[in-house]
Amino acid sequence: MATVIGSPEGLRVVVEEGKCIQASAFLQSQMFQEYHSQDDVVTFKINLNVLVECLNIFGGSSLPGVAPSLKMCYGGYGSPLSLVLEEASVLTDCNIRTQEADDTLEFNFCNTSVVNKIVMRSECLRDIFSEFDYNCCGVPVLEILTSPDPPYFRLSTISNMSTSDTDIPKDSDMIETFSCTKTMRQRYKLALLRPSIKPLTIAQKVLLRTDERGILCLQFMVKMEDNHICFVEFFCCPEEEEEIE
Amino acid sequence: MKFRGKMVDITCIKQFSNIVSTVARLSKICVLRITKEHVYFIIHESGAVESSPGLWAELDQGHFFNEFHVEGVSQEDNQIFLELEPDKLSKTLNSFKTAQPAPRSLKVKLTRKHSPCLTLEVELPSLSVHARTVVHDVPVTLIPRRQWHVYQEPEMPQFDSSVYLPPLRQIKHVVDRMKTLSQHITFSANRRGTLIISVSTDVVDVSTHFKNLSVPVWGDDNDTGGTHSATVDIKKLGLLLQGSQINPTKVICNIVANRMVHMFLLHDDVTLQYFLPAATNT
Repeated sequence: MATVIGSPEGLRVVVEEGKCIQASAFLQSQMFQEYHSQDDVVTFKINLNVLVECLNIFGGSSLPGVAPSLKMCYGGYGSPLSLVLEEASVLTDCNIRTQEADDTLEFNFCNTSVVNKIVMRSECLRDIFSEFDYNCCGVPVLEILTSPDPPYFRLSTISNMSTSDTDIPKDSDMIETFSCTKTMRQRYKLALLRPSIKPLTIAQKVLLRTDERGILCLQFMVKMEDNHICFVEFFCCPEEEEEIE
Repeated sequence: MKFRGKMVDITCIKQFSNIVSTVARLSKICVLRITKEHVYFIIHESGAVESSPGLWAELDQGHFFNEFHVEGVSQEDNQIFLELEPDKLSKTLNSFKTAQPAPRSLKVKLTRKHSPCLTLEVELPSLSVHARTVVHDVPVTLIPRRQWHVYQEPEMPQFDSSVYLPPLRQIKHVVDRMKTLSQHITFSANRRGTLIISVSTDVVDVSTHFKNLSVPVWGDDNDTGGTHSATVDIKKLGLLLQGSQINPTKVICNIVANRMVHMFLLHDDVTLQYFLPAATNT
């Protein structure tokens, strides 16, 4: 289930798991050919799988240059989300039931508490993330080390059986901005970070930030077909501090 | 009883193989009926509407086989009915059709090894002087004459609506997505060329509208102008659409209101009829 928040600025879609990870995508109102929203913010909860299936009802482009058009309406509290898709004079209309939205987690992540910040090309993380062994025994964790001192930026996967380190030099071509004020070493459950591979494959750039509390924020910049930019954000809470050998 | 046939055209072998794959996807058991003019694959579903079979595939023997000889049970009943597992036949044909270099010929014979079999023999040319012959035996059960009436040609159902479907590829995309949303799918059509495919659950209603489709002329001019629907099992429909490698020239969809969806896939030398009974609502 996803929470959809509609405002005059655009649409935000948020998913959460276990109160320790949150992913959201923001679609600016300028991305749409037409966008009408009342001044109030509307929120509702909806089955995200169902929504995605409906959006893909025409199965992706069968002919080059032919893409379906989409019209979405939400009539306010209690209404279904209504979609009308049209491709090559075939029309599909969908009505998806909505529910009352729960409050979404507020990570209170603000720029002033950011300790370390790295902007890099997404291929950098994508290749590394897709090589992790997510199925190894135990509960594998990813330890992220960011520091003004060597090794500067290290990703380590730690499991019952093995540890593997990947160091990325701060002057690598892949890194655009490197701004670290303090050595931060935090562990995150690898399984929680796995879904971030999807946005990594479509994004051009990634902004990685950690704050004083060790909360990780990954912001993916995705360029759409008509040069609009869409942001997908991941927040993840660190694992409890353990004895690190 | 005797049967033997020989195919020499690789296109025909591939086409034949595709048809058998479709049958294999739809059922574990099927009946192969061989007559002088035609070869039939029949899937008979128990509990189906009006004792129609699930599938009736009619192949024009002359198109596929260069040589064809059948001697049935008797002079008057010059037919053979065999029951077999289409999956076994399909696996054999698949291995033949993808063989490199392509087989020169495919022979099909009714034989009796320890028990009755359909024996398939391919001649594979080889780069060296000697060609290889590969033989596969597919076990079959002979169906006695007293049971033949079960597998007779189905009558065209008294349908309420009839329409030519848009390209199967389009329907397949939509049905594949709808498969994730519901177990049942509803077909609605009138006699004016409008078809609506829809699913409806607690969570979502989705309907896809196709307009201005061609309408088959049946000569009974039973146009009440109304729209008629039937709701069927979406998985079964999906299985049929998977085999869209068949690429029919035309597909007619007939709807018997609340009872059945009947699909008639027409090719030059093959017709396939698929009878989908309306699903009983749980």
